[in-house]
Amino acid sequence: MEQTITSYLSFLSPELIRLTLSFLQILIVIIGLIFTVVFLVLFERKVIGYMHARIGPNRVGPFGLFQTIADTLKLLLKEIIIPSKADRFLFLLAPVLLLIPALAAWAVIPFNPEFLIADIDAGLLYLLALTSFGVYGVILAGWSSNSKYAFLGSMRAAAQMVAYEIAMGFALVGVLMAGGSLKLGVIVEAQSGGVLNWFWLPLFPLFIVYFISGIAETNRHPFDLAEGEAEIVAGFHVEYSGMGFAIFFLAEYINMTLISVLTSIMFLGGWESFFYGMSFLENTFLEFLTEPSIFWLLLKTLFFLFVFVWLRASFPRYRYDQLMTLGWKVLIPITIIWIVVECVMLTLEVGPWSVT
Amino acid sequence: MKLFRLLKKLTLIDFIKGFIVTLKAFFRKKVTVQYPEVKTPLSPRFRGKLALMRYDNGEERCIACKLCSAVCPAHAITIESEEKEDGTRRTTKFEIDAFKCIYCGFCEEACPVDSIVETNIFEYHMTENEQRIQTKEMLLATGDQYSEQTNINKKKDSIYK
Repeated sequence: MEQTITSYLSFLSPELIRLTLSFLQILIVIIGLIFTVVFLVLFERKVIGYMHARIGPNRVGPFGLFQTIADTLKLLLKEIIIPSKADRFLFLLAPVLLLIPALAAWAVIPFNPEFLIADIDAGLLYLLALTSFGVYGVILAGWSSNSKYAFLGSMRAAAQMVAYEIAMGFALVGVLMAGGSLKLGVIVEAQSGGVLNWFWLPLFPLFIVYFISGIAETNRHPFDLAEGEAEIVAGFHVEYSGMGFAIFFLAEYINMTLISVLTSIMFLGGWESFFYGMSFLENTFLEFLTEPSIFWLLLKTLFFLFVFVWLRASFPRYRYDQLMTLGWKVLIPITIIWIVVECVMLTLEVGPWSVT
Repeated sequence: MKLFRLLKKLTLIDFIKGFIVTLKAFFRKKVTVQYPEVKTPLSPRFRGKLALMRYDNGEERCIACKLCSAVCPAHAITIESEEKEDGTRRTTKFEIDAFKCIYCGFCEEACPVDSIVETNIFEYHMTENEQRIQTKEMLLATGDQYSEQTNINKKKDSIYK
């Protein structure tokens, strides 16, 4: 693929070719993301509907496939209202500040060994930095709307994101110790092998903690106190209408997808196959199942996205003090304990990971 | 005991139980009725749009006794009457304010000649405020239009009366 494009572009200088290639990659990722979000909104409504014994949207297009497009068109046509006492500049900047880190984090996600936009050494750190950067968008949105509800929502979001960032960071420390690198590609390679070689087994508590903090980080159910409908209407985006609101939504769903992809990359072996090393599949037409491919990554991501929606359909919202208790008193101690356990395991060289 | 509770919390047993409940519901038969195409069955006692009925020979049933107007808890019915040439009493004005009507069905029960009835029509609308007043002609027209179904319903229900 890359060779073909390069040969088409051979009249350009090598720098320009590289630039064009990464531009194309960015384009593919962003368009793919937008389509994922479009699919995800419908997916969420359908799955929640099914769990309520309903059908969910099925009017627009076959099986309601164009429902999200209809929703987006509606939002595009709506008036963007800026509250008269709002800080105009920050009010308009906030959704962008939320969306940009959500998109930028995808730069270091390897979809397969070849396809990633930026192969930087400290990929994991970059991700931590960018996922926590999203909180600025939330705080600014709440503050600049000049509304008590919005401000309460953003305060909650800020406290929650800070609390869960720590648990998340510790969980990532565990991954980094096991993988021996901050590069996501290397982390996946360290997990190469069958299902039992993936990090979810030796790092099981961290896997659960990471996913829970990921949910809290994206302000999703059951941790969506930042937008708790019952008490503070819609939280930090209460004053937004039209496309401003749509961008918040877009950022939220992109973050959800990001957390799902990261969980699959760091704990479920990324693009490695579930059927790796199963000899009965060899020399049959099903042999392709044993090979690593991007589709495995997408499948795992889809599973985690399903869990996101599943959680939302299953559980009520946490109370604020429960949320803080869970973050500070449960998740952080668990991660610290497991990091110590992992250190012991690494020193004694038990465990499937490669010790360097 | 405390340790037991801690272990129960850490194993996320309750969460798994909750997940199983919703997963079961996920595969359960869906109860949605896709409304404009599929409709839920209506009871013969369903209280919908009001109508005035006629006898089989086309004569209006209403004798202007004003019982319906008297029993109406919302004062939705206005009746004016006069004596006809043949000595019978007939209404000159029979109006129902559809915004006041609460579809309680008292008028239907009060009517001695089964003139005012409630059909099982619930899909109707009005586009202007004035149209909320249902005149005698409109009520009779509704009665003529849906008399067949209404008669069937009343017959079905009559065994319980």
